[in-house]
Amino acid sequence: MRNILIKIRDLVHEYREYDENDNLVKTMRAVDGVTLDIEEGSFVAVLGHNGSGKSTFAKHLNALLMPTEGTVIFSGRDVQEIENLWELRKEAGMIFQNPDNQIISNVVEEDVAFGPENLGIPSEEIIARVAFALQRVGMEAYRLSSPNKLSGGQKQRIGIAGLLAMKPRCILMDEPTAMLDPEGRREVLRTVHELNRQEKITVVMITHYLEEVVDVDRVVVMDHGKIVMDGTPKEIFSRIDKLKEHHMRVPQVVELADELRKEGIALPEGILTVDELVEALCRLR
Amino acid sequence: MSIKVDHVSYVYDPDQKVRRYAIQDVSLEIRKGEFVSIIGHTGSGKSTLVQFLNGLLKPTEGHVYFDGRDIFEKDFSLKLLRQKVGIVFQYPDHQLFESDVLKDVMFGPKNMGQSPKEAEANARAALKVMAMDESTFEKSPFELSGGQKRRVAIAGILAMNPDYLILDEPTAGLDPEGRDEILELIRTLNWSQRIAVILVSHSMEDVAEYANRILVMNDGRIIMDDTPKNVFRSYQELEKIGLSAPQVTYVAHELKKKGFPIDEDIMTVEEAKKEILRILTHDS
Repeated sequence: MRNILIKIRDLVHEYREYDENDNLVKTMRAVDGVTLDIEEGSFVAVLGHNGSGKSTFAKHLNALLMPTEGTVIFSGRDVQEIENLWELRKEAGMIFQNPDNQIISNVVEEDVAFGPENLGIPSEEIIARVAFALQRVGMEAYRLSSPNKLSGGQKQRIGIAGLLAMKPRCILMDEPTAMLDPEGRREVLRTVHELNRQEKITVVMITHYLEEVVDVDRVVVMDHGKIVMDGTPKEIFSRIDKLKEHHMRVPQVVELADELRKEGIALPEGILTVDELVEALCRLR
Repeated sequence: MSIKVDHVSYVYDPDQKVRRYAIQDVSLEIRKGEFVSIIGHTGSGKSTLVQFLNGLLKPTEGHVYFDGRDIFEKDFSLKLLRQKVGIVFQYPDHQLFESDVLKDVMFGPKNMGQSPKEAEANARAALKVMAMDESTFEKSPFELSGGQKRRVAIAGILAMNPDYLILDEPTAGLDPEGRDEILELIRTLNWSQRIAVILVSHSMEDVAEYANRILVMNDGRIIMDDTPKNVFRSYQELEKIGLSAPQVTYVAHELKKKGFPIDEDIMTVEEAKKEILRILTHDS
């Protein structure tokens, strides 16, 4: 059994709108009673359509938002009681959808060094960390380039390197590939999977692409602010009707396997990839 | 009726000794009523190419013709052209700025010189076509969902009654439902109003499902211009330039290798299902 890194209990988040006289006019419950344990070293994907509450949920994991009700315990500490939130964000950094929004400097290595510099880390250590981080995301050749000239996928990897330089325990990603082309998408996913496996960094990824969660450890589906499904990719993809009920679109292979099953073809459950489907069909002949 | 691009090139810095081409010797013709998709990785020249089609960019070499007339001739009205050929850029919803939805959509037609009354009628019609409910017309664009914002932005172009609609990744950043909604609406526009659609996309599944013709771009050139079936048949060529075919196309090819007498030109789940069922029932 792995350690629990983040323990979430009965989490509720409400957005409140006030009129000019500070009277409450509208309450919107974006997260509605979420309980979840995230194990250290695991790769967890949180799926859901726009407005399902998944982004609001994720922002609680490093205290970008505070619970309206319930608790978030990060490595034994209640986030609402942590005085220095920057300490927490160093351990659990976040990558956002738009790669342009998180780049600050005109030179790649300065950008990556920005975080550790602010922590007052000695410069030899910073240099070592930046070199390591850029190497881990495969961007060392761009050390002295301008981030503006990079592709979206490269920018996201620079963002990830920036987090790595802080030596995080956890990387949170809020739809990190939504604005990328297929190649950029592959680069970013490959990078985070490697970091998860080799550096044992916990990853929580928010996404609405089911294709991206085929090889994660655990998939959580949210709708209406609640967790509606929770399991391994195979378990989740074996319940296609339920996924569709929650407005998710499944990859073509999964859909095809499901359609064939409905026509009485005896395919096993949990087919996720082209190879798995081809193999299963060959066995039927 | 057509837009014709004739041996067009675009050079980044014409003064430099070594010429760097964004577009190199591209020719094509798009006719009214077509549904064309342009695919290619980032930097392949897609966005540059579409900007020639309504004269936003002037090619360094070559000509662009609209209904037979050179659009860069002195007496040709680019303003009129831009009404006929509308472009919806990536993330158009970032450009919504008016205080309410209706006003935002009226901006284009008014700018073209329509009276407020005409502009409003066109705006209302465009919003309806984009399946926006009348109850949203008075709302601030900022109160809308991501998919709604996108539809309002597209309506802003439609309100000018274009014959050609160019969409640069209209579904980027939307969730699957918002994506399907917009693509279905665009398909309807193409069918019912005979508006030509030129769709720049990264999703091979979407392209396979909606387009009648695909242009594949690489390094500023069009390397394929064909039906979706023919383009995806060359999936190995596509992979060389960082693209891919729809997932079920791979399933078909793999099954063929294993001895299934399957049509390899499958692109959609529906086609794949029919083919596989045919083979399996034939067997038994």
